Amino acid sequence: MVYFIAKRLIQSVFVMLAVAFLAFSLFRFVGDPITQMTGVETSVADQERLREDLGLNDPFVYQFARFTGDMLQGDFGFSYRTRQPVAEMIATRIPATLELGIVALLISLFVGIPAGVYTALRPRGVATQAILMLTLVGVSIPTFVIGIMLIFFFGVQLGWLPTFGRGGTVHLGGWETSFLTVDGWRALILPAITLGVYQLTLTMRLVRAEMMEVMQSDYIRFATARGVPMGRLYFKHALANTMVPVITIIGLQFGGVIAFSIVTESVFQWPGMGLLFLESIRFVDIPVMGVYLVVIAFFFVLVNLIVDLLYVVIDPRLRIRDVS
Amino acid sequence: MRDFIKRYEGLYLFSRSPAVIIAAIVGLAIIIGAVFAPWIAPVNPYDLSSFSLMDGLLPPVWEEFGTERFLLGTDDQGRDMISSILYGARLSLIIGVSAMIIATVLGVGLGLAAGYFGGRFDAVVMRIADIQLALPAILTALLIDGIARGILPPEVQEDVRVAVLTIAIALSLWVNFARTARASTFVQMNKEYVQAAVMQGQHPIRVMFVHILPNILGPLLVIMTVDLASAILLEATLSFLGIGLPADSPSLGTLIRIGMQFLLSGEWWILWIPTLFLVALVVSINVVGDFLRDVFNPRLR
Repeated sequence: MVYFIAKRLIQSVFVMLAVAFLAFSLFRFVGDPITQMTGVETSVADQERLREDLGLNDPFVYQFARFTGDMLQGDFGFSYRTRQPVAEMIATRIPATLELGIVALLISLFVGIPAGVYTALRPRGVATQAILMLTLVGVSIPTFVIGIMLIFFFGVQLGWLPTFGRGGTVHLGGWETSFLTVDGWRALILPAITLGVYQLTLTMRLVRAEMMEVMQSDYIRFATARGVPMGRLYFKHALANTMVPVITIIGLQFGGVIAFSIVTESVFQWPGMGLLFLESIRFVDIPVMGVYLVVIAFFFVLVNLIVDLLYVVIDPRLRIRDVS
Repeated sequence: MRDFIKRYEGLYLFSRSPAVIIAAIVGLAIIIGAVFAPWIAPVNPYDLSSFSLMDGLLPPVWEEFGTERFLLGTDDQGRDMISSILYGARLSLIIGVSAMIIATVLGVGLGLAAGYFGGRFDAVVMRIADIQLALPAILTALLIDGIARGILPPEVQEDVRVAVLTIAIALSLWVNFARTARASTFVQMNKEYVQAAVMQGQHPIRVMFVHILPNILGPLLVIMTVDLASAILLEATLSFLGIGLPADSPSLGTLIRIGMQFLLSGEWWILWIPTLFLVALVVSINVVGDFLRDVFNPRLR
């Protein structure tokens, strides 16, 4: 158990180092940092002095070590475009993206799991066929089109919900939340649904596939023969055994949620990290791109680490066997 | 003989599923329209002399004020919508298909080699694949695009846009092929015909591509259709985000991005017609892909 956690921790550290290396290579080799930082009027001698001061002439490994060290201390450098510290720029954007992502994930779970169970139990039903067809269409419709459609119907035609921005937000000690105002919740609904739809279809299909497999297993047949009530059979015996893959997917989906939040944030002008990342690509703002990657990777590694620990809690078999 | 039955069975199932037939017809119609766009489309939308502001914002022919000159109306510049859409679909398909082919060649090559040689090579390829699988495709594509913007000199940026986009999409989709090819190769490696070929001293490349590849084509074909849909979607998304193709050579995604400006005003056709085309194209490819998966994997039926 301790060995398992330690192994996971070490792996996570390596992943983070690899991502940091990627960010560092971006910064160092994509364009020349000095020409980005200085204007045309800076003399060559001044440029060379700056290069020496910043340590860009030092050996490669040394530079990377310093880069990583700076990051660990929270120093993420400065944006080429706005000249602000990148750490500050990203930090102010994190709450918007996280709140959006969490609500989207919750939507996908609370709709996706029941729908998956239902379609598995009634594979030949009319409702099942309709749901499956809908999910196929849902997977095929690009996220941004779903966003535009929602804006059109609920924002423009019906005028029920706001179509851009976060609405009213409240500051809670550096965390800007939209959970505390009615306005904020209203602004959150459409983007969260847009972001959640794709994950929802994934969750549903997975739960359905797992449920169908579990329902055919011997212990379910035995439980049926023993006369276990249907509700108890479905939800206690069957659903509980589908939870391990479902939790895996939640961990993996978090990456998807973050990535698609780039698209969703662009459609709804949601002031999160994704919008910042898009702007930084358009203006080739390498430091912001690099730090965005590192931050995303950090969340990703964190969530996956938690998921791995959850396995051990949920599935007793894993406490004995060593999983790698 | 077995091959014949398999093919016959697929055709039989095809004739029994109306949804798949409709999807195949719609998809084929769009693809043919896109491929033959230069001959079918009324005008060439890239030619600046083919449109004038005087014809701007005309609605489709069945609406009031619509004219037969512009069957699906015009955009704010006076460009014929149907020509823009056909040429746009053409670009989307060119990028989607080339990206899919590059991803197939790269992924299948690496996957076959990983499955065949195993050991350290396999470990390295699969680690890279794992890392990339953790990064969603859209993020990979955006990142590669951003790097290309930083590396390439600004003068050539516009000219190589299509190539950059294609490669960015291909590099974010190869993993699926590699994993499937590797897994299937592992299965084949234990079969006697492979061992016989190896023992005859045939060259590994010959064993991989002449003996193993034909036997693992089924699952790869399914991934190709699914990934074609993904590639088209990725391109549309990137163009919609303003990272992909510029407004003077629009793909379907760019057209939708332009159409967004008319979401609040009455000109619905500028936004919804390209959107309809994109969705119809992707949905039909996915439906056909789903069907193929069922045919090649009888267990799911």
